[in-house]
Amino acid sequence: MNAAAPTAPSRVAAAWQVLHGVLDPEVPALSVCDLGIVREVLDHGDALELVLTPTYSGCPATEVIEHDVLAAVQGAGLGPARVTLRRAPAWTTDWISAEGRRKLAEYGIAPPGAAAHGPAQQATVRLIGRRSEAVACPRCGSLHTERLSAFGATACKSLYRCTTCREPFEHFKPI
Amino acid sequence: MSAASIELTLTPATTYLLRIGDTCLILAQRLGEWCGHAPVLEEDIAMANIALDLIGQARALLAHAGALEGAGHDEDQLAFLRNERDYFNLTLVEQPRGDFAASVLRNAMVATWLKLLWQRLAAESTDDEVRAIAAKAVKEARYHQQHSADWVVRLGDGTAESRRRMEDAFAGLWRFAAEMFDTDAADEAAAAQGLGPRWSELEAPWRAEMRAILDEATLEVPADSAFRSDGKRGRHSEHMGFILADMQYLQRAFPGGVW
Repeated sequence: MNAAAPTAPSRVAAAWQVLHGVLDPEVPALSVCDLGIVREVLDHGDALELVLTPTYSGCPATEVIEHDVLAAVQGAGLGPARVTLRRAPAWTTDWISAEGRRKLAEYGIAPPGAAAHGPAQQATVRLIGRRSEAVACPRCGSLHTERLSAFGATACKSLYRCTTCREPFEHFKPI
Repeated sequence: MSAASIELTLTPATTYLLRIGDTCLILAQRLGEWCGHAPVLEEDIAMANIALDLIGQARALLAHAGALEGAGHDEDQLAFLRNERDYFNLTLVEQPRGDFAASVLRNAMVATWLKLLWQRLAAESTDDEVRAIAAKAVKEARYHQQHSADWVVRLGDGTAESRRRMEDAFAGLWRFAAEMFDTDAADEAAAAQGLGPRWSELEAPWRAEMRAILDEATLEVPADSAFRSDGKRGRHSEHMGFILADMQYLQRAFPGGVW
């Protein structure tokens, strides 16, 4: 048995395992895998290719994430690796895993509902007088909540308050 | 030591993309002026967040335009080292920020236009990278449009003072809208090669959406004027030089400086 270089499938599997431990710098409750931004891990023999899809166009965390995933994979002794950014298809909050949604709620951030996609749904997005989906309070579960601010501390969140338990909370915007 | 300006070799495709990217870039710079100055904290954050999205969109387009040009110019050089005449943004976005009413109206006008443009680019562009950039940006532009439209309605259909401010904003800015829709050779070439739509095709849906906002705001659609601006062909208003001086100072004084 040759105990040297790990075989291709195991190197990819090991990389995924490492990536599940790399946290998003702005929402550290979630790993980059929970967030759905790691699209693929490819073994090219000489190096691993980590394919990421950025969340928001101007998200300042993108470069930190690139750095963190590379450092983690290389630090785990999986050899040379590189990151490529894949813009299409565009990232959507629908890619956040069930596990990720549970972690978000536990962290106090209301997870996103289903995002509006495709021409049909886009046509139903009203410009004026919209009634948004009720967002459940991550603390007490009440649906009696109201939006305080369309934008929040990071590009991906808006601010809400619960009128039942009176606590403010953040909501991960569905996009 | 200071950094010299870069010279561009333009094609209709790069011109078309820089017009959009520069419009995002310069509007983002203007919105940044609200940081710490907006009337309420929520809107301070909103302006900065919208600016951040616009910078991301500008960065992607400028990087792609630089790659298409093939002269080795990256997005930072394109953003900070061009001469005024080589920026092709809409004149609307270089106008001073004005009061809050003027800023939210401009955001509504530009976001409505960008949303329609991104939709077309995402659906039709023969350039894979442009389609990908647009598919992401359209979601952001839609959110910006909704937010700024809400404010146009709230101020227009608000107090006598807020209504007067919104009417003044329309009086000052509406005349710059024509530039969003006039068509020229760069536009025609881009349409012919499938890069993106002629901007004239955006006018009817833009007017329909703006009318819906104005109706809700109980405001009259302003009369069109004969005034024509020409920033997208590099002929800017007197405000452009000042905003570029502000933007470019660091990269001119400390060439290649990075965080």
